[in-house]
Amino acid sequence: MVSEVVMPKMGYDMTEGTIVRWHKQEGDEVKHGEVIAEIETTKVTVEVEAYGSGVLRKIVVPEGQTVPVGEVIAIIAGRDEAIPGMEEKAPLAVKEGPKPVPRPAEVGVGVKGEAAPRIAASPVARQIAREQGVDLKLIRGTGPGGRIIKEDVEALLTKRPAEVPRPAPVPAVAAPAAAPHEIPHEERGLSRIRQTIARRMAESKRVAPHFFVTSDVGMTEALRLRQSMNALLEERAKISVTDMLVKAAAKTLLEFPEVNASFAEGKIRVYHRINIGIAVALDEGLVTPVISDCDKKPLSQIAQEAKELVQRARTGRLRPEDFTPGTFTISNLGMFDVEEFVAIINPPEAAILAVGSVTVRPVVVDGEVKVADRMKVTLSADHRVLDGAVAARFLQRFKLFLEQPLHLVS
Amino acid sequence: MPMITYREALNQALREEMARDERVVVFGEDVVAYGGAYGVTSGLVQDFGDKRIMDTPIAEGVIGGAAVGAAMGGLRPVAELMTINFALLASDALINHAAKVHHMFGGQMSVPLVIRMVGGGGAQLASTHSQSLEAMFAHVPGLKVVTPATPADAKGLLKSAIRDDNPVLCIEHALLYRVRGEVPEGDFLVPLGKAEVKREGKDITFVAYSRMTLVALEAADRLSQEGIEAEVVDLRSLRPLDMETVLASVRKTNRAVTVEEAWRTYGIGAEVASRIQEEAFDYLDAPIQRVAGVEVPMPYAKNLEQAAIPDARRVVEAVKKLLVRTNV
Repeated sequence: MVSEVVMPKMGYDMTEGTIVRWHKQEGDEVKHGEVIAEIETTKVTVEVEAYGSGVLRKIVVPEGQTVPVGEVIAIIAGRDEAIPGMEEKAPLAVKEGPKPVPRPAEVGVGVKGEAAPRIAASPVARQIAREQGVDLKLIRGTGPGGRIIKEDVEALLTKRPAEVPRPAPVPAVAAPAAAPHEIPHEERGLSRIRQTIARRMAESKRVAPHFFVTSDVGMTEALRLRQSMNALLEERAKISVTDMLVKAAAKTLLEFPEVNASFAEGKIRVYHRINIGIAVALDEGLVTPVISDCDKKPLSQIAQEAKELVQRARTGRLRPEDFTPGTFTISNLGMFDVEEFVAIINPPEAAILAVGSVTVRPVVVDGEVKVADRMKVTLSADHRVLDGAVAARFLQRFKLFLEQPLHLVS
Repeated sequence: MPMITYREALNQALREEMARDERVVVFGEDVVAYGGAYGVTSGLVQDFGDKRIMDTPIAEGVIGGAAVGAAMGGLRPVAELMTINFALLASDALINHAAKVHHMFGGQMSVPLVIRMVGGGGAQLASTHSQSLEAMFAHVPGLKVVTPATPADAKGLLKSAIRDDNPVLCIEHALLYRVRGEVPEGDFLVPLGKAEVKREGKDITFVAYSRMTLVALEAADRLSQEGIEAEVVDLRSLRPLDMETVLASVRKTNRAVTVEEAWRTYGIGAEVASRIQEEAFDYLDAPIQRVAGVEVPMPYAKNLEQAAIPDARRVVEAVKKLLVRTNV
C-alpha cells in the first residue's frame, strides 16, 4: 500500500518544519512505527515515525530543506508497487553523507540545487527582504517568469506589516560600515526558538491588552506538605513547588472556566480541558511544554510528568505530544531569587501566572508579627477575555488552595 | 537662448577657441574652401586665414600623424577625419602614439589634440561608411572620447576637448548636424567625463549617447503615455565614463536599458551593464537589457538599414520585456 509521509503538525502554531536528517535511505525497508527522519520545528527537534510498512521508495524533501506542514516528504510503498504520480514528484535527492542544516535565513536556497530550486527574486527584492526580514518563500513573484520583484516585497510589507513572517537575519559576516556615532557592535542571527519567541511575544503584547494582579501567598503549609510527601515518594515522583502551583492552578481553573479561555475572532473560546504549560528556560530561549488535563491528574503524576518534560526540554528531545495546545501557563522564576515579576501572556491563552521566590518574611497574623514563607504571584490577563475582579477572585482561590494545601491532594 | 543647429554649434566652438588661443589649428580633407564634408568648418578660413586652417591629402595616416606631431610640438590641433571609418587608417597614430606619448616619456610632453569625426549610419552610405566604432577607441586608456547628442553639448564638449591637454576624439553623428537646439552663447563648457540626465523618470533608466539619446527620449515620451516614466541618462563622454550619474539613476529606478547604435557585442552597453551590476547589484529589480545595432555589416537598402539601427519602438519593446508581469 502506498503511504505518503507528510510534514507533521507538532503544535497549533507550527506552520513548517525542516528535515534535519533522514534515518533511512531510499530503498530501505521500513516498519510501521520506525523512526525514519528527524525534523526541526520552531521549537524542537522531533522524530518522524513511519505510519506504514514497506520500502522507503522516495525521499521528496531532502535534508536541510524546510517545507510547510502537510507537504509530502517521503513515500513508503511496496518494493515494486506502482506509485501513481511518482514521476511528477520532486526529482530524486542524491544522498551523499550528512548535510549541514542551513540557517533559516537561507530560504529558498536548497542544499541541493535540483531538489530546491533557487527562488527567483531580483537583487533589490532580496535586499529589501533581507533588511525587512521578509521570507521570500511566502511571496509570489509577479515579474517575468514569476520572479519576485521589488513591488512584490513592498506590497507584502504595506499589506500586512505585522504579520509578515520574519526569518532569522544572516549573522553579519563583517561589522557593517560604521556610521558616524554608531556604537561598535556585532549582529547575531536568531535561532528558531528566538524567532518564535520574538514573533509570538510581540504579537501578544500588541494584540492582547494585558492587566496585572498580584497576590501574596503564604507557603508555610505547602512547603510542609511537600516535605512530608517527598519523604515518602521515590526520586522520580518527588514534588516541586512548581508542581504544586500547577495543581493549584488546575483546581482554580476548574472553578473559573473564563480564565481557561482564549479570545478568538470576536468570541471567547472556553476550553474544556485544562492543559498547563510550564515555561522552561533553555540556553537557546524559552519553551513551554504542556501537561495536559492537569485537573484530572494527581499531584504525584503531575510531578512525574513535569520532571520528564523539563528533562526532555533541556536535552532538546521534546516530543510532539509535549506541545499539546496549552490553555494556561505558569512561569516560575523563584529559583532565581526574584521577588515578583510580570509575564507576557502566551497566546492565544487568556492568562499567565508569574511566580516569584518563596522567601521568609515578617507578616502580621492575628495582630502579631510573625515570620512566614511567602511567595508573590502575578496574574497577567487578557482584558478582552476577563476583568480585574475575576482575576482577583481567581487569585484568592488559588491562594487558598496553596495555603490549605490538603486541597491539592484531596 | 539662440536655437542653432548641431553643425553651427560645432562651428561656433571652433571659432571661439581659435579666437581664444592662437595655438588652435584646424586641418583635414576639404575643410578650407569646402568647409568639410559636413560643413562644420565653413567660413573659418575667412576669419583666421590659411595658416590656421589647412587641407590635407586624402591620407588619414598623415592626418593622425600630423596631429600628434603638431600637438607634441606645442600646437593644439583640431583635425577632422571625414568619418570614423577612416579613423582605422589613423589608428596607429591615435592608439600607439597619441594615447601613449605622455605615459611613455615620463610626462615630458602632452598630446593636446582633438580629432573630430562622424560616426553612425542611417544615410544609406553602406557597410564601410556607416559604422559606430566608438567602443574601439573608448577601449584605449590614454584617449578621451566624447559623443555629443545635442547642439549645446556639441559646443560645450568640443570647447572642453580643445582645452584639454589629452588627446580627445569627438565623435559626431551624421544625422544630428541639422538638429536644432538651444545653445548658450559665449564661453559655454561641458565638462569631459560628465553624463547628464536628459529626462527624469522613476521607473526605468535609459543609458544612451550620441543620436541614441534622442531615440531614448522619444521612447520615454511614448512610454510616458502608458504611465511608465523613463529616466534618460546621456553619457556624453564614453571615456572617462561617468558611472556615478548612471548608478544614481539606477539606484532610483532599479532597472536599466542601454541604448547604442553600435554592435552589441563588447560594446558600450556591455561595459555600462557590467559596471551597474558590479556597483549597484543590490539595487537591480530586473536584468539589464541592451538595445544595440544588429550585428551585420550595415546594409545599403534603406529598409534593411532602418531595421539594423535601433529606434524608439525597439527601446519600448525592451522595456515591455522588463516590465512584463506574471499573473498570479
